[in-house]
Amino acid sequence: MQTITMTVNGRGITATVEGRTLLVEYLRENLQLTGTHIGCDTSQCGACTVHVDGLSVKSCTIFVGELDGAEIRTIEDMENADGSLSPLQKAFQDHHGLQCGYCTPGMIMSLSALLRDTPKPTEAQIRHHLEGNICRCTGYANIVKAALAASGQLDSADAG
Amino acid sequence: MYAFDLISPKSLDKALEALAEEEAQVLAGGQTLIPTLKARLAAPATLVSLRAIPELQGVSIKEGRLRIGAMTTHATVADQARSHFPALADLAANIGDPAVRNRGTIGGSLANNDPSACYPSAVLASGATIMTTKRSIQADDFFLGMFATDLEEGELIRAVEFPIPIAAHYEKFWQPASRFALTGVFVARYDNAVRVAVTGASEEGVFRWTAAEEALSKRFTADAVNELDRPDVDMISDLHGSAEYRASLTQVLTARAVARLQD
Ligand SMILES: Cc1cc2nc3c(=O)[nH]c(=O)nc-3n(C[C@H](O)[C@H](O)[C@H](O)COP(=O)(O)OP(=O)(O)OC[C@H]3O[C@@H](n4cnc5c(N)ncnc54)[C@H](O)[C@@H]3O)c2cc1C
Ligand code: FES
Ligand code: FES
Repeated sequence: MQTITMTVNGRGITATVEGRTLLVEYLRENLQLTGTHIGCDTSQCGACTVHVDGLSVKSCTIFVGELDGAEIRTIEDMENADGSLSPLQKAFQDHHGLQCGYCTPGMIMSLSALLRDTPKPTEAQIRHHLEGNICRCTGYANIVKAALAASGQLDSADAG
Repeated sequence: MYAFDLISPKSLDKALEALAEEEAQVLAGGQTLIPTLKARLAAPATLVSLRAIPELQGVSIKEGRLRIGAMTTHATVADQARSHFPALADLAANIGDPAVRNRGTIGGSLANNDPSACYPSAVLASGATIMTTKRSIQADDFFLGMFATDLEEGELIRAVEFPIPIAAHYEKFWQPASRFALTGVFVARYDNAVRVAVTGASEEGVFRWTAAEEALSKRFTADAVNELDRPDVDMISDLHGSAEYRASLTQVLTARAVARLQD
């Protein structure tokens, strides 16, 4: 067992865990933060994407033992302070960017990192950025639309 | 996964000490190794993470050569190598996806030597040097076939040093499911030579297409490539592409890379 100190969604946590515990397992099983999903468990689908020190990573492909001192952010911390949906989340709702919702937490985590670094991405940049986020229902068009809307780039004719 | 201990030593000496123990293996970005552990294809007793060792991180210029520490992530190379060696930065920026690039490292990629990985082509085409904990190895001597390198038991990559080419380009044909290269060609032009390295194509892993190098050293045009016979190597044949297809891709991608550099 190892003692790891980290911040999860702004809360300081001291964990005594096996270093080989996967971050996604720790978030879901120990902290009950079940918004982070396991889609493939083979590093392919991106459903488990979270931020570690501001960078998007696949939480199924990182050990808690490597995270001493790290700052972790998950989908549970993406809403506005008053509990309403963030502009990106709202855009997913408005533009039908989700169907079953299984991939959505990973999509939001990936896209929020993109929009922070590139506030007005092109459609090509959005698609390139989502290479590692697989959705089996929406067909991506509305996810891309939601990202364009959230960055204030959707003509009103395309809205809705 | 089988059970193992994970340790994160803060110095290279401590890491080497830990790796001298039975059944110890080194962990870099984990983007290849963690899926391998989950599939129970590896069963180390101890994993030694190199993440806490500062000297393995970073991009710098040393005597006109670009030095990249083994633990430098693809995302950092994409960002910090851009002004010195843009073709290498582009290659890094197109590995896998953003989350893989935020963790995966150049040292892990080279040590693994996946036959479809991107970095080996850049390292071989640039005639780079792999600096290890024991010696320095020329790229031409480092890659020994699919998943095989000249690294010995317990020998670690510390850094890679690239002579910076006058111009270079990596042309990658994506395998859309894995996002690795179905075939990829790196063309690097130096004062005295042109070097061409091909990944994703050969049963022997990354290789230099010497006929193309000779032709391009005399005449640097896409036509010079198109006039050649396709490379005579044992090509991979699988559900993603036949051997003939990969041989054809090698020629087409080489010609495209040259055409890009002529613009
Ligand atoms: C979805 C996905 C898509 C990908 N797409 C691409 C792609 O398009 N192109 C591409 O090239 N790669 C791709 N990769 C692979 C990725 O680049 C990996 O990061 C890389 O191959 C391994 O690097 P790592 O740092 O993760 O190493 P690890 O997985 O930690 O280690 C890999 C191996 O190298 C050994 N090792 C690590 N560091 C050293 C060292 N310094 N010295 C000696 N041995 C060492 C380890 O013991 C292990 O055996 C992809 C991976 C995934 C999951
Ligand atoms: S669950 Fe982590 S990438 Fe699919
Ligand atoms: S909304 Fe169902 S997988 Fe994406």
